[in-house]
Amino acid sequence: MRLKHMNPYLAGVLLGLTLLLTFFISGRGLGASGAVKKVLVAAVATAAPEHAAESAFYSKYSGVDKHPLRAWLVFEMLGVAIGGFLSGAIAGRLKFRNEHSPKITSKRRAVLAGIGGILFGFGSQLGRGCTSGSALTGMAVLSLQGFIAMMSIFGTAFIMAYFFRKNWI
Amino acid sequence: MGPLFPQEIISGNWNLFLAFIMGILFGFILEQAGFSSSRKLVGVFYGYDTVVLKVFLTAAVTAMLGLLYFSLFGWIDLSLVYVNPTYLWPTIVGGIIMGVGFIMGGYCPGTSLCASAIGKIDAMFFFGGIFIGIFFFAEGYPLVKHFYMSGFMGAPKAYELLGISGGVFALLVIIAAALMFWGGEWAEKKFPREEY
Repeated sequence: MRLKHMNPYLAGVLLGLTLLLTFFISGRGLGASGAVKKVLVAAVATAAPEHAAESAFYSKYSGVDKHPLRAWLVFEMLGVAIGGFLSGAIAGRLKFRNEHSPKITSKRRAVLAGIGGILFGFGSQLGRGCTSGSALTGMAVLSLQGFIAMMSIFGTAFIMAYFFRKNWI
Repeated sequence: MGPLFPQEIISGNWNLFLAFIMGILFGFILEQAGFSSSRKLVGVFYGYDTVVLKVFLTAAVTAMLGLLYFSLFGWIDLSLVYVNPTYLWPTIVGGIIMGVGFIMGGYCPGTSLCASAIGKIDAMFFFGGIFIGIFFFAEGYPLVKHFYMSGFMGAPKAYELLGISGGVFALLVIIAAALMFWGGEWAEKKFPREEY
C-alpha cells in the first residue's frame, strides 16, 4: 500500500525544528553539496595525490592532518540517504523507476537529469552552497547571502521553466 | 547554553554522530513531504504542485523564529552560530547556474540523494552529475578564482543592509511567506494536474 505524502506545512515545521536543533547542537545548519565535494576531494587525493597537493582547490580541503571524509556534512548526508530510505520503506515507495513525463523518453530524462546535476554541482561551488546550505540555512540565520541565493536559484528556474515545459508538462 | 559543539559541551565525535542523526531526520522529512519526486518538485515552477514553496519557506521561517526566540531566552549564543559570508557576484551567478540545473534536472543535491535512496533512477543520474560539475569547478578553479572572490561584503545579516531590526525583518519575511502560500494555493487550483 502506498501512503500519501505528509502535509507540506507540517513537514516544513518539522524540517525547521530539525534545522533549529542542528544550530543548537553544532552551531551550523544543514547542507548537501559540500558533502559531495568532500567525497570528490578524497577520491582525487587517493587517485592522484600529487595533483591534489598541487591544486589550489583540493589542497584547501585535504592534507596530512585532516581527512576530507571526516566531515560534518559527509555524516549528515549518509543520514539523509538512510532517512530517505526508511521513509520510502514505511510509505511503500521503494521502487527502481526513472520518473519522467509520458511525453519524453526515459533516455532524454536521464540525460537532462545528468546535465542538471553537472550544472548544480558547478553552481554550488561558485555560489558557496546549494539550496540546503546556502539558501535554507542562510535564510534561517538571516544572512544576506541566503536571501540572494534563494532568489537567484528559484528566480532563474521560474524564468527558465517556460523553455523546458515540454519536458515536464 | 547552546550551541553545544562550539562551546565544547559535546566532543567532536558526538558532533559527527549527531550530524548523522540530523541527516536521518532531514532525509526522512524530505521523503515524507514528497521531495523524492522530480515531477512534484518542479511543480512549483508550473503551479500544479507548490509543495517546495510551502515546505521550504515554512522550514526557513520556523528555524528563523526559533533562533530569534532561543537567543531572546538566552538558550543560544547567536555569535557562535555560523553566518554565511556574502560574496555578491559569485552568489548571483552560481544561483543562476543552479536555477538552470534545477529546471533541467528536477532536483537539488539533497533531494537527489534522498530520491536515489528510494530507487529513482533520474535522481541517480543527477547525483552523479554533481560530482562531475564539482570536478569541473575544481579543475578550472585557477580560471574562476578571481571572480569567485569578487563582491566580498563580510557576513552581513539581511536586515543590517535595510537598517531595520532583526525582529521587524523576520515579521516581513513571515508576511511575504504567507502571501506566497496564498499564491501557491491559488496556483494549485488554477493549474491542476491529476497524475504525475
